[in-house]
Amino acid sequence: MKMRRRYIALKIDSGEKFEQKEFFDALWNAVIRLFGEYGASKTGLALISYNMEEGFAIIRVAHIEVEKVRAAIASITEVAAKPVAIHVLAVSGTLKALHRKFGAAIRGN
Amino acid sequence: MKRVFADINLKPNLNDMERVRQMALKASELGYRLIALSIPASFQLSLAEKHIQKLREICKEKSVDITSRLNLEPKSSRELLQFLRKWRRKFEIIAVICESKAVARQAAKDHRVDLLNFPAIDFHRRFFDKAEAELASKSQASLEIEIKPLLTLKGPARIRLLSVLRREAAIAKDFNVPIVVSSGATNPLLMRKPLEMAALATLFDLDKSSALDAVSKNPLAIVNRNREKLNPRFIAPGIRLIRMGKNCQ
Repeated sequence: MKMRRRYIALKIDSGEKFEQKEFFDALWNAVIRLFGEYGASKTGLALISYNMEEGFAIIRVAHIEVEKVRAAIASITEVAAKPVAIHVLAVSGTLKALHRKFGAAIRGN
Repeated sequence: MKRVFADINLKPNLNDMERVRQMALKASELGYRLIALSIPASFQLSLAEKHIQKLREICKEKSVDITSRLNLEPKSSRELLQFLRKWRRKFEIIAVICESKAVARQAAKDHRVDLLNFPAIDFHRRFFDKAEAELASKSQASLEIEIKPLLTLKGPARIRLLSVLRREAAIAKDFNVPIVVSSGATNPLLMRKPLEMAALATLFDLDKSSALDAVSKNPLAIVNRNREKLNPRFIAPGIRLIRMGKNCQ
């Protein structure tokens, strides 16, 4: 059966800029800390796009795991040992809808 | 109907007005329509009133409502009663930080107390058990759960906290004690959007609707109830003065 997915647009709220790897590691660590490796394996977490300058990212998750991932995202307080808050801007069933809404932030203009 | 979200536990350094302003603006940006600054009873209350007044002006432009909240940390039940007699009619929300079992019991049975708050880190002093819940359900007091410790604690301490919160949330549900989830944030980076707070509340097994109520319906009910009580036209629950005759002085 095809896995239904959701795309989540995120805003990184911090005075600092982070490399893509630092951001994604922090995200995975938060999911693993809260739900363990078994729980994390069910989330289907993947980074779709990341804009370091704008502090903007789009991730993909399994649709039944959206609330778990939202909780994990909310639990992040630091990335690369620097204080940060990450907020969910929108959740969508298609990437197209997010591109329509946040196209400028994704492209960085 | 669209939910109105509230964070009734912002804890900035009250001597730093700029930080207070930043947090109020952040709350507006995150989607809150009602906020409260937590004022400790030890703080100079005339200064706190000035802060709230200034914030009201700032928040008016952002359509955010501000309510006044006092945190009481009495050492004994007698001291709690003294505090309540002194402050109840001056603040819209009264929260009691229950540092001892005697205080917790007195706070739970006193209808003047709105929120029961327990120390997050010291698990031996979380006195929210079935007896406490039964008293709280009769006096309309709510259980307050702060999100900040969930964000700042790590490892075994957070695991233990989640376990305690899960047990307390289940007891509260059994006894129909409303749960209020608040941030307890000391800086803007510890503030979360209402839906994120609700998602964190599901970690202690609140269902989605109860979690959303904990950041919207339940805190709003406390504020609305107390605003009505503090209104000079209020006489008793359900009875209010509509009009005064010429001979009523």
